[in-house]
Amino acid sequence: MRFGVVVFPGSNCDHDAWYATSRNLGQEAEYIWHDSKNLGSFDAVILPGGFSYGDYLRCGAIAKFSPVMAAVRKFAQDGGLVIGICNGFQILVETGLLPGALIRNRGLKFICREEPLSVETVNSPFTCRLAKGARLRIPIAHGEGCYVADERTLDELEAEDRVAFRYLDNPNGSLRDIAGVLSAGRNVLGMMPHPERASDPLMGSTDGLGVFQSMAASFAAQSR
Amino acid sequence: MSAITPEMVAAHQLSAAEYDKIVSLLGREPTYTELGIFSVMWSEHCSYKSSRLHLKKLPTRSKLVLCGPGENAGIIDIGDGYAIAFKIESHNHPSFIEPFQGAATGVGGILRDIFTMGARPIAVMDSLRFGPPTDPSCGARNARIVDGVVAGIAHYGNCFGVPTVGGECLFEPCYNGNPLVNVFALGVFKTDEIFYARASGVGNPVIYVGAKTGRDGIHGASMASAEFTEESKQKRPNVQVGDPFMEKLLLEACLEAMKTGAIVGIQDMGAAGLTCSTCEMGSRGGTGIEIELDLVPQRATGMTPYEIMLSESQERMLLVAEKGREEEVFRVFRKWGLDAVTIGQVTDDGILRVRHHGEVVAEIPSRDLADEAPLYDRPYTAPLRVAPMEGPEFQSASLGDDLLKLIASGDICSKRWIYEQYDYMVRTNTTAGPGADAAVVRIKETGTSIAMALDGNGRYASLSPRGGAKLAVAECCRNLSVAGALPVAATNCLNFGNPERPEIMGQLVEAIEGMGEACSFFETPITGGNVSLYNETLGEPIFPTPVLGIVGVMKTAAPVTVDFKGPDRTILIVGGLGDCDLTRFGGTQYAKVILDRMWGLPPALDMGYEKCMQATVREMVCAGLADSIHDISDGGLAVALAECSFGPTATGAVIDLDSDMRPEFLLFHEGPSRAIISTTKPEAVAAIAVRHGVAVVRAGVSMKERLVIRNRGNVLVDLGTRELRKNWDGALARLLSGKVTH
Repeated sequence: MRFGVVVFPGSNCDHDAWYATSRNLGQEAEYIWHDSKNLGSFDAVILPGGFSYGDYLRCGAIAKFSPVMAAVRKFAQDGGLVIGICNGFQILVETGLLPGALIRNRGLKFICREEPLSVETVNSPFTCRLAKGARLRIPIAHGEGCYVADERTLDELEAEDRVAFRYLDNPNGSLRDIAGVLSAGRNVLGMMPHPERASDPLMGSTDGLGVFQSMAASFAAQSR
Repeated sequence: MSAITPEMVAAHQLSAAEYDKIVSLLGREPTYTELGIFSVMWSEHCSYKSSRLHLKKLPTRSKLVLCGPGENAGIIDIGDGYAIAFKIESHNHPSFIEPFQGAATGVGGILRDIFTMGARPIAVMDSLRFGPPTDPSCGARNARIVDGVVAGIAHYGNCFGVPTVGGECLFEPCYNGNPLVNVFALGVFKTDEIFYARASGVGNPVIYVGAKTGRDGIHGASMASAEFTEESKQKRPNVQVGDPFMEKLLLEACLEAMKTGAIVGIQDMGAAGLTCSTCEMGSRGGTGIEIELDLVPQRATGMTPYEIMLSESQERMLLVAEKGREEEVFRVFRKWGLDAVTIGQVTDDGILRVRHHGEVVAEIPSRDLADEAPLYDRPYTAPLRVAPMEGPEFQSASLGDDLLKLIASGDICSKRWIYEQYDYMVRTNTTAGPGADAAVVRIKETGTSIAMALDGNGRYASLSPRGGAKLAVAECCRNLSVAGALPVAATNCLNFGNPERPEIMGQLVEAIEGMGEACSFFETPITGGNVSLYNETLGEPIFPTPVLGIVGVMKTAAPVTVDFKGPDRTILIVGGLGDCDLTRFGGTQYAKVILDRMWGLPPALDMGYEKCMQATVREMVCAGLADSIHDISDGGLAVALAECSFGPTATGAVIDLDSDMRPEFLLFHEGPSRAIISTTKPEAVAAIAVRHGVAVVRAGVSMKERLVIRNRGNVLVDLGTRELRKNWDGALARLLSGKVTH
C-alpha cells in the first residue's frame, strides 16, 4: 500500500506520519508537495499536523486554497482514503470534506498530552481493526481542537454512525466529546489526536498504529 | 553627516575611552552609522568584554568536541557518522519588557544558531526564573510574565515543530523585576554536513535570505547590556516580533540549500543583525565583505543605513555562495517562498564596506569590530553576600505538613501547567519528556539517544558562587546518569548582575572558576554558551544564577521512569543518607519554604564520590535492574520519595531509616550524590554499589497508596499518595490564579 503525506509550508508532523506508515506499519510512504496539481498513484492520503501556511488567518483556511487540496478533494470524491490529523482535520473541515469546525480550546491554551479515547465505530476503513468501545491512549497537541457543529449536524453524525472517536475526559470542550469524524462516504476521517505519535513502542503507546493497520487491512480487502 | 558628540557616544553606551579606541583604530572620527555598528559589536552582549578574560578558564576540549566556543553552537561527535550541535542562550531583558515576544524570539534565535550550522533542531528546553506569583507587591505582574513567557515559548516552538522536552522553573523575589529566560536547543546532523559562519572565496556573492528588514529591535543588544530603570519600559519597540512560520520555512530552505553544495558559509542574523553577521563572517574567514544596502529587502520605507545595519528583525540569514552557483541557491529559496538576494560580495581587503545609494557609509576593518573589542579585567572583590552565616533555631511542628507544603511550593510542584502548553512530542523522538530527571530524545538514524538536562540553583550560588556552580554541574550530570546516559559536554548561561560592581564581578569570577573545575572533573567541556550581565532592576541584583545544560549519550532503550511501579519492590538509596549540619541546611527548599530564611552555605559536594555514584547508577540502569530511579535534589529525601509516588499506580512506600540526624535534616537536607531506586533484584543492585565503593541503604519497600517514613521506629511522615499528588499536581495553576497568598 502507498501512503502519500502532503507537505504544506508549515507542516511539521509530515515526517512523523511518514515514519509511522513506512517504518512502524511497514508500508510505502512518499511526500506530496503542496503545489502538486496531481496526486500520482497513491492508495491513501495523509494530511499531517502542523501550522499550514502559518495558520495566521484561521487554522486550515489558507491550505484550503492550495493546489494540492483540489486534487485531494477529487481523490476523496472518487472514494480514496483520506485521513486528516490535527491541522489536517482543520483543513478537511475548512475544505468542506468534513462537517463542523474546530475552534480554540475551551481553556484557551495549547494542550499537549496523552488522552484516553473510545472507539465509537468499527464500521470504517480507519477503525475496522479496532474493537468497538475500546479505550485508546493517543496524544493530542493543539490549541484549536474544540469540535463544534450545529445540533442537526451532530445528530446526523451520530445517526449515521460517523463519530469515529470520542474523548473519555474531554480536554478541549468539543461538543459531544467528539475527537474524530467520518465523511458520509466513510472514506475521509478527521481526528485531532495524533495516531502517528502512538505507533512506536518507544513512544509509550502503540494504540494509534491500529488506525493505520485498519487502513492497510481495508485496502488489502478492497484490492483482493 | 553630523559630527559625533559626547552625548551621542554616551547614548550608545560607549565609554569615552572606548570611543577614543574607535577613533584610533579608524584613524578618523566614525560616521554615525559606524558609531552604531561599533556600539552593538562592542556591547557586553556581543563582545563579552567583562567576562571573556575569565571564560578562558573553562575547559573546552575533549576527544568528542568537533567545535568549541566561538561558532554559533558547540558540536559533539555522537558516533556512527552523526553529531549534535547545542547551545543555551538568554533572552532575559526582552522577556521582562514584552514577555510573549521576548521569550518567543529567544526560542527563534537559539534555533537559528543550531540550523545555521546545518543541524536539524530536535529538542528545546528552557530554564526559567520568575518573581513569585504570591509576591504581595508585584505577584500579579509576575503571574502575567509567567503566562506570557510560557505562551511565547509554546507559540514559537510548537509552530516551528521542535519539541520542548524539559527544563526548569523556579521562583524568587530577586527575579521580580528581572526574570530569566534561558533557552537551550539541540540539533542533529551528519559529521560531513557541518557548516561554519565564514566568508571565504574572494568574489563570492553575499546573499541575504529570509524575512525583510524592518525598524524593529534596533539596539536590542545594547539594551541587553544595561540595567533596568523606570525608562526601560519605553524600550518596548526594541523587542522584536517573531514569526515561527517564517523560521520553519527558513529552516527547511537552508537545509535544502546546503545540500546543493553551493553554500560556502552561513550565519544567522541575531543580536546586532546585519552588522554582526557581516563582520563576524568576514573576521572568521579572514576576508572583507562589501554590501549595498539598497539591495537589502526592506519592510519599511526610508530606512537609514544606521537602521538597516542595526535592525534585529527576526528570521534572517546571511550566506556566502560559490560564485556562479547563485541560481541553485535561489531556486531552493523560491520553492519555499522566501526572499534571497545578492547584496554584496567577499573581498580580499578585510574591510566591512557598507554602501547606501552607492555611497560608502561605513568602512571598518572586520577584525577591529569582532576581535579588537575592549577586554576588561574588571576589579573584583569577595562575592556579594547578603545572607548570614548562622542559622536560626527551629523545630518542625509537623513533618508531614512540612512535606505537603513543600511539594505544593512553586519550585517543587508539578510544572504540568507549563509543559502541557508545549508540544513535547512532535518528531516522535521524545522517549523521556518533561517531568523526568533528564529529557531523552532518540536519534532515529543511529540507535543512539541523547539525554539532556538544565540545572542551576541561584540560592546555592548566592551562598557560594563557586560551590553553587559546582553543584549545578554535579546535579546536571547526575540527572543524565540516572537516565543511563554518559555526560559528554556542556553549555552554560551565566546570569549575573552589574559586572562594574566589584562584589558582583566577584560572583561571576568565582562561579566561572567553580564551573570550570567541575566541568573538567566530570569531563564535560563547555562548548559554548552565553553571558547575561546587568540583570539588575533599580540597583537590586538577581542571585548569581549560573545555568548548566549538559548532554549525554546512551543506547536507545525504553526509559526507566521516576515512579514506583507497584507494591513490594525493594527501595534502596544509592549514595547513602548523606550528611548535613545547620550551616549546610541554609540553602535548602525547607529553609526557603518552611522557615522563609536563607543562611550558611550550600550542601557540601565531594566530586570524587559524586562521580563514583553516577557511574554506579548508570550501570544499574543500563543493566536493566531499576524499576524506577530518581535523583535526590531540591527538597531532599522526603520530597524525592513523594515524587516517586506520583505515578499512575499511586504506589507509595514504607521506609525505615536508621540515622542520627535530626528529622528535619534527615528528610529535607539536599546533600548531593544520592538517588532512589526501586528494584526486584536488590542483591544485584547492592553488589554494583559495593563494587564502586558507594554507600547503599536498603530503605524499605514500595506499597499501595501510602508514603510512610520512619526513623528508628518513630513515624516521621504518614500520608496518602493521592493526597500528596493532589497538592503537588495542581499547585502551579493555583499559585498563578492569585488565589494563594504567601
